[in-house]
Amino acid sequence: MIWEVFRQERKGQPFVHGGSFHAPDKAFADAYAREFYARRQESVALWIVPREEITEIGEFPDEFDLKYRRVDGYSIKARLKEARERAGTAAP
Amino acid sequence: MSERAQLLLELADDELILGWRNSEWTGIAPFLEEDVAFSSIAQNEIGHARALYDLAAVELGTDADALAFDRKPEEYRCAQLVQLRLVPDWAQTIARHVLYETADALRIAALKEHDDAELAGIAAKVEREEVYHRLHAEMWLERLRNEARYTEAVDELWPYALGVLEPGLRPALAERVGRPQVQAVERSAPGEEFAALWEEMTMVRRSAPVGAQW
Repeated sequence: MIWEVFRQERKGQPFVHGGSFHAPDKAFADAYAREFYARRQESVALWIVPREEITEIGEFPDEFDLKYRRVDGYSIKARLKEARERAGTAAP
Repeated sequence: MSERAQLLLELADDELILGWRNSEWTGIAPFLEEDVAFSSIAQNEIGHARALYDLAAVELGTDADALAFDRKPEEYRCAQLVQLRLVPDWAQTIARHVLYETADALRIAALKEHDDAELAGIAAKVEREEVYHRLHAEMWLERLRNEARYTEAVDELWPYALGVLEPGLRPALAERVGRPQVQAVERSAPGEEFAALWEEMTMVRRSAPVGAQW
């Protein structure tokens, strides 16, 4: 059975994926997680999750290039440059 | 030698030799995760031995390395339980681990109440790591407790386990393990298996002249 580990380095910080390991059950997973991810005080907390319990979603079609919906938006700079060229005006 | 120094050496020798025996599993444990975990427990035990030797060394006017490596085989005071070479029998190794940790828990609890503040202090410090060792022993116990190869190993090692503790603590161990108080295998002159261990353990120290700097 494979377990995925998420570790928190400092209180208040998000848990970040740290790696994975084999363990036959929860008791063993608990012991091994402490051993591999917290023995040297490198974590303040751990989440351990059986890999089979994780649902991965990885296909996100974007047929119409709706960039404005994304959090990073689209590059204003490039669009502004194109518009200026069309209008024949220089950047201020 | 004072009673205090003798007690410290008994404890330190137990931890050093058990750590040494458990480290024989490094690289050959049943699976990798356990290899790392068990090796790390072995290292902790050797770390405890170091702290205990340090304390004894102050009183005896020497240092921890000399106590760990420069004594003659017959001068070691470790229990017979920790001397046994159990590789490649994993069930016996876990049986020893469970029995030793159970006995050690009783011994440390008693030591924490000791009048000598240094002894009580080191017991409290060691205890913080032993909690994890016990967790590890208990999870293996849960996994193997109904298997014949495990219960047979406990039967065989039980008289040795009693010998880890002074007689006053043995009834408590018998109660915790759920076994009758039989004749214990006492700490005595180390046996043949110890002689081979000692040869290997002290080989590097003996290869250099006395007082060599590392």
